[in-house]
Amino acid sequence: MFTLETGSGFWNPIIWIGVIFIALLIAYVIRGFGRRDYKRDTEQTKPFLSGNVEPDKELVHLRAKNLYWGFKETLKGYYEILRKIHNGMVSDYVLWFVIIMCILFIVMGVL
Amino acid sequence: MVDIIDVLLTHGPALIIAVPLFGAFLTPLISRLNDKARNVFVIAVMGLTEFIVLLLAYDIFTTNGVHTYTFGSKQPLLTLPSGYLVPVRIIFEIDGLSIFMGIIAVTLALVASIYSWSFMRKEDGLDKYYTLLLLLTTGMLGMVSTGDMFNFFVFLEITSIASAALVAFRVNKGESQEAAFKYIVLSSIGALFVLFAVAILYGQYDALNIATLANRIRYTFLDKVALVLLVASLGMKAGIVPMHMWLPDAYGEAPASVTIAIVAATQASLYALIRMCFTLYGGITSVATIGWILIILAMASIFIGVTMALLQSDFKRMIAYAAVAEIGYMVLGIGVGLALLFSRTPYSVKAIQGGIFHIINDALDVGLLFLVAGAVFYATKERLLDRLGGLARNMRYSTIFFIIGALAVAGMPPMNGFASKLLIYESTYQVSPILAVVAILASILLLAVMVKIFHSAFMGPPLVKAADVPKTMLIAMAILAALIIFFGLFPNIVVENMVKPAADALINQATYISQVLGGV
Repeated sequence: MFTLETGSGFWNPIIWIGVIFIALLIAYVIRGFGRRDYKRDTEQTKPFLSGNVEPDKELVHLRAKNLYWGFKETLKGYYEILRKIHNGMVSDYVLWFVIIMCILFIVMGVL
Repeated sequence: MVDIIDVLLTHGPALIIAVPLFGAFLTPLISRLNDKARNVFVIAVMGLTEFIVLLLAYDIFTTNGVHTYTFGSKQPLLTLPSGYLVPVRIIFEIDGLSIFMGIIAVTLALVASIYSWSFMRKEDGLDKYYTLLLLLTTGMLGMVSTGDMFNFFVFLEITSIASAALVAFRVNKGESQEAAFKYIVLSSIGALFVLFAVAILYGQYDALNIATLANRIRYTFLDKVALVLLVASLGMKAGIVPMHMWLPDAYGEAPASVTIAIVAATQASLYALIRMCFTLYGGITSVATIGWILIILAMASIFIGVTMALLQSDFKRMIAYAAVAEIGYMVLGIGVGLALLFSRTPYSVKAIQGGIFHIINDALDVGLLFLVAGAVFYATKERLLDRLGGLARNMRYSTIFFIIGALAVAGMPPMNGFASKLLIYESTYQVSPILAVVAILASILLLAVMVKIFHSAFMGPPLVKAADVPKTMLIAMAILAALIIFFGLFPNIVVENMVKPAADALINQATYISQVLGGV
């Protein structure tokens, strides 16, 4: 009822949830071995930012355009090509349709 | 009671079209009473259609049969009366795959109508909006039910026109008009080529019935031309890369309630593509070449869709590009199945099952995300992620629904998207491990896309004032979320009872032909 045969193996979400639950339980037990003598809301619990003062969390928000900056910068050349293709011109949209149709004609032996 | 069910089952194929169609014509009249009566009426019509579709589905899935219905005949169940060489009337041929797609179409349309109650409340011209929504539902159900090629073209046009009008519904926005214009231009071109292909087939075989054509097709030069025209046109309508560019525009600019209905319309086009390849040309070995082409286009859809999604900063456009990637996964499964159709290896069947299972999962997952995007827009009047933040504090239910939808789209276990993607990965791996690796990596990138939205819009300090959305919108999202969780926790129930009969109906072309032409 719960097991999906995938051909080479199987998938059972109930077993997966059980395993995750056990993993979380183990993590909780390990956490219990941690030091209890730290002082909350002191320097001990603040992040170290190379000596800079930690700004108020309510004032910090990484905006969407800044996320994955490195990824986008690395793939700059690829994205330039994609930007050129996605130019919003409906005539170019039709052109892609014609190109694919021509390729299909050639591959299927019509042309 | 039994008699009523028998009547519904007998005339069900006609009723699933007739009910929303008459509902569409009655909506403007009922709208004159008051808005509440109109909303209740539309939801009731959608609910009745859903009931009939589910009734038919139960019968078809349990018997693995084909429900046929001959329009205008005194004996609607008889497709080929004695003395006739070919079926001459319009015949609906509903098999496992047709009804599977019918369930998707009508469920999303029902959810859209529930969501619209509050979401569209402040808009003008809602009588036209609901009429178009019902016409769109009629068109989609017609596309997946008809066994007549010309009739299919008619329903394709109904779907396209209703969709374009709904995309352009917010007439005060230039972008909506532009997106609708692009959509109707490309839809019309695609539909014209479909009509051209239909004319080619009719000219050769004197028949429009799919089963008859499949029985007679000889794969002549003209048949090859018709196949290419159908694959290219329906591929464009299904949003396969590089013919996908209308999709982010249309999905992004339409109201969220319309977007999920258009998701179903896009999938109806994908259904048609699958039907043409597997049923109409299913007896021709050369059709396997189309399978390999679909695999290449699917990989392009997955990779370009997900990388373009990562670049966006508009909530709905991001999900729209993620939807392009999701279409890639469906086409990948179907492509592998088609490429290996004649080898009938176990993994080719699993690939088809994975592709079909992913169609319904995508409809639910992407549909839910679009509804959440609509809820965010409703609450904040903002779509740009750069201007959003901290929504989780005030829109708790919407945030939970977003998390469910995001994890499902990204294929994270134990969500439904994982189960169908696993079937696709494993079967694709048998063809080429590289394809499977790229597909898995793209799925991880999809998770990165969802993390970007979640972090930008829902986490951090509140940058905009927002309160959670009205109950009807929450109910609509809850329906999809509940289905996602159910499909995720019990994938085997869905695969055994819905996906396998749909895949079997697709693979067994000879059974389809004999059941239709035998007048079952």
